[in-house]
Amino acid sequence: MKHAFLDHHSRIDSPIHRLDARAKIIVFFAFILVGVSSPPSSFSLFALLAACLVVMTLVARLPLGHMVKKVVIILPFLFFVALSIPFMKREGEGNSFGFWGLSVSRSGLLILWNVLVKASLGVFSTILLYSTTTFPKLVKGMEELRLPRIFTVLFSFMYRYSFILVDEVQRMKRARDSRCFGGAWLWQAKAIGHMVGTLFVRSFHRGERIYLAMLSRGYNGTMHVMTPERFGKEEGIFLLWVPLLLFLRITVG
Amino acid sequence: MNSEKVIEIRHLSYTYPDGRPGLRDIDLDVFRHESVAILGPNGAGKSTLLYHLNGTLVGNGTVRILGMSMERGNLKEIRRRVGLVFQNPEDQLFCPTVFEDVAFGPVNMGLEKAEVEKRAERALEVMGLKGFEERSAHHLSEGEKKRVALATVLAMDSEILALDEPTDNLDPGGSRALIDRIRKIPQTKVIVTHHLSLVMELCERTVLLDDGRKIEDLPLEGLIGNRTLLEDFGFDAELAQWMYERVKASRVINKSNK
Repeated sequence: MKHAFLDHHSRIDSPIHRLDARAKIIVFFAFILVGVSSPPSSFSLFALLAACLVVMTLVARLPLGHMVKKVVIILPFLFFVALSIPFMKREGEGNSFGFWGLSVSRSGLLILWNVLVKASLGVFSTILLYSTTTFPKLVKGMEELRLPRIFTVLFSFMYRYSFILVDEVQRMKRARDSRCFGGAWLWQAKAIGHMVGTLFVRSFHRGERIYLAMLSRGYNGTMHVMTPERFGKEEGIFLLWVPLLLFLRITVG
Repeated sequence: MNSEKVIEIRHLSYTYPDGRPGLRDIDLDVFRHESVAILGPNGAGKSTLLYHLNGTLVGNGTVRILGMSMERGNLKEIRRRVGLVFQNPEDQLFCPTVFEDVAFGPVNMGLEKAEVEKRAERALEVMGLKGFEERSAHHLSEGEKKRVALATVLAMDSEILALDEPTDNLDPGGSRALIDRIRKIPQTKVIVTHHLSLVMELCERTVLLDDGRKIEDLPLEGLIGNRTLLEDFGFDAELAQWMYERVKASRVINKSNK
């Protein structure tokens, strides 16, 4: 069983894919910061940011439809924000819209818009980042940007073993289904509980074995890293996004 | 034969954390450039014995590697000299890329960058893995994973290789390819396996374990010639003897071709 669900497009060849991970982390982080820090009413800035991200998607030869589909994962979270909107009303503000006895105020809607647009832009930037950078390079980039080693080590282990965990769950599900799994809800819950428990114990043992494997190769508590990547002219040019974004934030936003 | 003793085990016993005995009073000597197979049923203590060779497990008794006793101060050096390859490559390969995995040992040894790269590249080349540097372990086939796992210890320039079921889970082709690679490695080898065919190809000496005890320690010829012993350990004696004749014949042909 093989997966590539996380960095599905990160091995395409494009000018953006070829850049050093550090430059991309900085630029996409700037996108998120500028987006989040703008007032909700700066519609033209949001439109510009979205346009820039779309252009970058095209330059990176990524399928736009697929990217948009991925942004949709934030919808469930937005639902909870939407639920609370009828309860948010500024003093003295009349009901702007009403239906089924509930009323929605203009400021409440603005809050929803605010969350929607910022979350979408943020998620879009993140997806662009990991679709243009392979995970190992991403982790290395973070390391070189002085993110604490403990986080980067955790990330790289998580990445390596998430696939194995998913495989294991799939195998267990198959084994369960081939023994005619079904029946009452409570019975199912019990079986699933056992599966989760088994998965935990197996992961725990695997963790032990991995640690032994690390010790066997001289691990002594610190992760050493090899060569930093080259930071060249292309990266320098790409970093010009940061002043440009700041400029847009100040003039348009 | 060169008679330098590289592994010396005396009265080694080990009890698992849950109280089950794992090894009982094992004595074993291995000499340089020997290739020793450890055979026995599941749960006989084969892997447990292997884990004692680099101090991954520590039992009662003495284990000396290249004259060094298993002490805290010697562990680092012993682990450098004994390359342990785990049965499941998923446990052995924990880095994001193949190159980082192969470089992990040399980097921990504190080598210079250029030297680390040289060693990693050489190890990958020996295992026929050139061009795999930037691949992720989960995108490899089982046979490739096994080869990367072996490369991770080759890069450390270990003098003794301890291999836990190297051809386990491989298809015949992958298993053949791996055996051919292992044969070309000159180091002292201790190989845990269930496959007599692998033993015939790679080892000249066999150690039989059962229930944590060493039952026999004899040359391959001796094992093949001992029908009762083979059958006691669940092997098909007739098939084993027939296979052995064939392997011997092909060795003669190989030699005459050279």
